[in-house]
Amino acid sequence: MHFSQFLQFLFSGLTVGSTYALAALGFTLIYNASQVINFAQGEFIMLGGMLAVYFSLQGWPLPVVMLLAIALPALVGILLEKLAIEPVKGAEPITLIIITIGASLVIRGLVQVFLGKGTFGLPPFSGDQPIEIGGATLLPQSLWVMGVTGLVVVALWFFFAKTLLGKAMLATSFNRMAAQMVGINVQWILLLSFAMSAALGALGGILITPITLTSYDVGVMLGLKGFVAAVLGGMGSGLGAVVGGLLVGVLEAFGAGYISSAYKDAMPFVLILFILFFMPRGLFGGQATDRV
Amino acid sequence: MLKKSIFSLTRCTVLALASLATLPTWAQQTIKIGSFLSVTGPAAYLGDPELKTLQMYIEKINKEGGLLGRPIELVFYDDGSEASKANSFAKRLIENDQVVAILGGTTTGATMAAIPLVEKAEIPFISLAGAVSIIEPVRKWVFKVPPTDRMAAERVFSDMKKRGISKVALLSETAGFGASGRKETLALTQKYGIELVADETFGPKDTDVTVQLTKIKSTPGLQAVFVFGAGQGPAVVMKNIQQLGIKVPVYQSHGVASEEFIKLAGSAAEGVRLPAAGLLVADKLPANDPQKKVVVDYTKAFNDQWKTDVSGFGGHAYDALYLYVGAVKRANSVDKDKVRLALESTKGFVGTAGVFNLSDKDHLGLDLSAFRMLEVKKGDWAFAD
Repeated sequence: MHFSQFLQFLFSGLTVGSTYALAALGFTLIYNASQVINFAQGEFIMLGGMLAVYFSLQGWPLPVVMLLAIALPALVGILLEKLAIEPVKGAEPITLIIITIGASLVIRGLVQVFLGKGTFGLPPFSGDQPIEIGGATLLPQSLWVMGVTGLVVVALWFFFAKTLLGKAMLATSFNRMAAQMVGINVQWILLLSFAMSAALGALGGILITPITLTSYDVGVMLGLKGFVAAVLGGMGSGLGAVVGGLLVGVLEAFGAGYISSAYKDAMPFVLILFILFFMPRGLFGGQATDRV
Repeated sequence: MLKKSIFSLTRCTVLALASLATLPTWAQQTIKIGSFLSVTGPAAYLGDPELKTLQMYIEKINKEGGLLGRPIELVFYDDGSEASKANSFAKRLIENDQVVAILGGTTTGATMAAIPLVEKAEIPFISLAGAVSIIEPVRKWVFKVPPTDRMAAERVFSDMKKRGISKVALLSETAGFGASGRKETLALTQKYGIELVADETFGPKDTDVTVQLTKIKSTPGLQAVFVFGAGQGPAVVMKNIQQLGIKVPVYQSHGVASEEFIKLAGSAAEGVRLPAAGLLVADKLPANDPQKKVVVDYTKAFNDQWKTDVSGFGGHAYDALYLYVGAVKRANSVDKDKVRLALESTKGFVGTAGVFNLSDKDHLGLDLSAFRMLEVKKGDWAFAD
């Protein structure tokens, strides 16, 4: 097998995997702060892309477009928490999951009505002249996707390890009651986690749109793959989310390349069965402990 | 939806009460044509222009005095791109609304789900969906207007032969349209002496097809790539082909024959060829083309009313409506059997998809000339021959 071919598969896998990683990070953030698995995560990705298309059609410059297309989904995230999650405080996880699925349907429906049912694209940020490396090619936009994903990971690490707010968020995820008792405004932390996770998703959605195009329903599959990535890495682990995302992307690419493209979408799901069988808490998940 | 079903329920009651004395005169007032389309859901981009077209032209017909002097009433349901819903809506159209004909079924799946019902109820049904399986074998009450995927593959293969291409890589979408297209393509290779040197697939929501294309690129003897799919996938394929620097000619199917495809794929669409109906190049058709007037008028009417680009799919709704209207006029009745016979004897009906000549053995009535081979040149469609 040619090396250039191998490299091409790898590039393809890493680009797609980066977007899965961003989606998985979104799942992780919300799960950590609230134990909610937010199935509307994919819709944030879609919102980012669709809003960016809408705003850039108004002729606004890219930085403004990006800012708005990240801020609005963040607001949607806050509204989702405030209007749908908060009123049912203390509900079973399954109830919360169903609520987020409902929210995703609402968001998808509204976008379909107000932003259209068609498929849209964005011009790439820095041209579409492919870069050649070792006989394989890579689009400049892919570097944007991977680079920004890397930056986000570093920024999140800094946030959680070095800032008081980040530590407060971590504390909330470990023990909400105790966090509240030491004076952390848990309610506010929850809102923040939804806003951050929505902003992250939207950022990913904007970055990939020049490569992958977007429409009101792209969130479904991206959200699902992001979920697989998050579970694979160990639900709640930031590092796990990134590794899980890249792994799913690369496996899909190699699966399609070396086995058959017909089974491409099945690869990550087969993989997750295996991993969860041997490592039920994912690759980077903590040991299961029961509080007595 | 709820409002609609309550409405039809009351209408049903009224009908039942009125049936003893007044039904004959009551029914003579309006001609009720039924329709179920996928106006929401994944196939919305097909169903939406179809509904707009039906509404627009039925309004026009009514304004001009109706059909046989009677106004047409469109009884419409949105199946949300779900075949199971299409089935129950077809049932409702037949049993509750008592329509005289059904135009619709945006997708092949929705159409196939309704076929057993219309065959049993014996009512004319004109489908707007693509697959050849709708009219093959011929069913007594089922017609369709869009050219088939087999015709598209034939048109592409004959163009390839003309250019001396015989070794082709097929890249098809795994969803219904691409899967059916792949089947028809495989069945035709022998007839046209085409050898498929690669047979790859991609998912309808795939965001990257470079892996499949890398394999295709390294296939020895490759002379052309044939992509069979609809929606955004084929546009992604074009971008990936450009990225990988694949230089052989690329063919697409009629599934992407729309302005949107060029917009999405941008410079990557340059040089791609595909079979499409005359509607797509309405302004470029020569003045003596039989379809010229029909497609130019349709394009103008649609643009004026809806302020969006026309698509071939909306055109199918136009064809279905006027195919039916023409048959009713010739039959001078909406009697189901008479209309069916009139439909089968339609000759030289000029629609947006081509010139229709139906018979009792051919419930579509289009030949290969319906498809024109187009090429993208400088970001616009141009005739390839």
